[in-house]
Amino acid sequence: MNDEQGFVNPSHDGNNNPEGSTFEVKVGLANMLKGGVIMDVTTADDAKIAEDAGSAAVMALERVPADIRKQGGVARTSTVERIESIMNAVTIPVMAKARIGHFVEAEILQALGADFVDESEVLTPADEEHHIAKNSFKVPFVCGARDLGEALRRIGEGAAMIRTKGEPGTGNIVEAVRHMRLIQSQMRFLTTLRDEELMTEAKNLRAPFDLVQMVARTGTLPVPNFAAGGIATPADAALMMRLGAESVFVGSGIFKSSDPGKTGRAIVRAVTHFQDPAELVKISRDLGDPMEGLEMASIADEERMQERGW
Amino acid sequence: MVNIVPGVLGLQGSFEHHAKSLKKLGFSPRLVIKPEHVEGLTHLIIPGGESTTMHKLLQDYGLIQPIVDAYESGSLHLFGTCAGAILLGRAGSNDPPPRFGFADVQVDRNAYGRQLDSFTETISLGELEQNFKCVFIRAPKMHHPSPLLKVLGTRGDEPILIEGDRVLLATFHPELTNDLSIHRHFLGLGLPLVTTGERAKIPNRG
Repeated sequence: MNDEQGFVNPSHDGNNNPEGSTFEVKVGLANMLKGGVIMDVTTADDAKIAEDAGSAAVMALERVPADIRKQGGVARTSTVERIESIMNAVTIPVMAKARIGHFVEAEILQALGADFVDESEVLTPADEEHHIAKNSFKVPFVCGARDLGEALRRIGEGAAMIRTKGEPGTGNIVEAVRHMRLIQSQMRFLTTLRDEELMTEAKNLRAPFDLVQMVARTGTLPVPNFAAGGIATPADAALMMRLGAESVFVGSGIFKSSDPGKTGRAIVRAVTHFQDPAELVKISRDLGDPMEGLEMASIADEERMQERGW
Repeated sequence: MVNIVPGVLGLQGSFEHHAKSLKKLGFSPRLVIKPEHVEGLTHLIIPGGESTTMHKLLQDYGLIQPIVDAYESGSLHLFGTCAGAILLGRAGSNDPPPRFGFADVQVDRNAYGRQLDSFTETISLGELEQNFKCVFIRAPKMHHPSPLLKVLGTRGDEPILIEGDRVLLATFHPELTNDLSIHRHFLGLGLPLVTTGERAKIPNRG
């Protein structure tokens, strides 16, 4: 999101084609996706269903989070053929997931022409200490965050969009709510601080000082702030919008429901009419069964995807 | 001066940025997401976003007919940026979705390529603005404009800003910059383009 002064590049774009792949252009695409749902898809057929349901972009991955959770094993970026077939099937932007720290997977996705890369905790991390240096890429990145410090560290590395991590593949909204509430309240708190208190808070948040100053001034992130992780119903999507999300990613919630087309369309409508309970009644009618949910207590700490990355 | 009642189509995309631009000009734009929101508007902006998605949602929410009726009755001015321009123009061959077609110009989607081909460029828009920072995101291209349309800006020999009868199309995103000259032009606020202290001078704001 831009502040009153327009776009501010919080970091230095290392690219030698400044007109073509600036932070501004990357955030520009992120802005075009606001209010539009981004749906996880694994095949070209799913991508068509998502596009027909009104999604603004699709996220290509090899398995939806619920299946990754169930089947285990190492989850990697999707195959070249799979991503290409999805790109050929739809005209909306195609995002794809790369493993945390796996900059070569990201380079491959960029060379393939993906419109956005999600450096995602849903896949098995390739690096437990370092995230990708995203400023040096031409393709924009989205990254997950559980709190403001994590969000600002990712933006410092060059992320053009932030989403909550939530707990993917659970159909349980509780973690996404926790993360969005925390990020919003930490931003509100920053706006109340005096100048000399900001460095201390940057230390507490473990976040770049210039970005802390920017949030203290504007009260918002300098990039769009979406919700993800556990959204299963139109009401979940509307809840995240009410808590300050600018749109939502839906992973397993669409294609693990009994009627993906209907569920997808309903969630898209809920993101538009999130402030209108009478509309939400109409939207929530006759959807069939949502995906099965998982209670957080049933997930061992080491199986929590949100703990991946820092 | 007729009262200006501006709105922004709020289904998806950069609608908040357009709303912010209108607010800077002293207006309180209406967010248009239901058919009844079109009633009484004099100006409606169709923002950047995904044209495929936006068209589906327009159809789904029953917004197409109210907009067509308001435009054809002569009461509504329309301004489309990027995806909005696609919807206001007409399609090339084999290029869904259907469009409003209020401007007789062919608008081809994603004409520069994918996101990696997005860019910004400072371009002269003639009398409107000498140095306008144009942000092109997965942008369309406009071809074969009818001679009845006025080309207000070009990049090379390609039109990027076109005006017709109560309709304005930009293939770029003026809402992503702080330059309000195109929004001013759309609202008929006219020249000269004073950039400071203008809020107090706008008469009869909506």
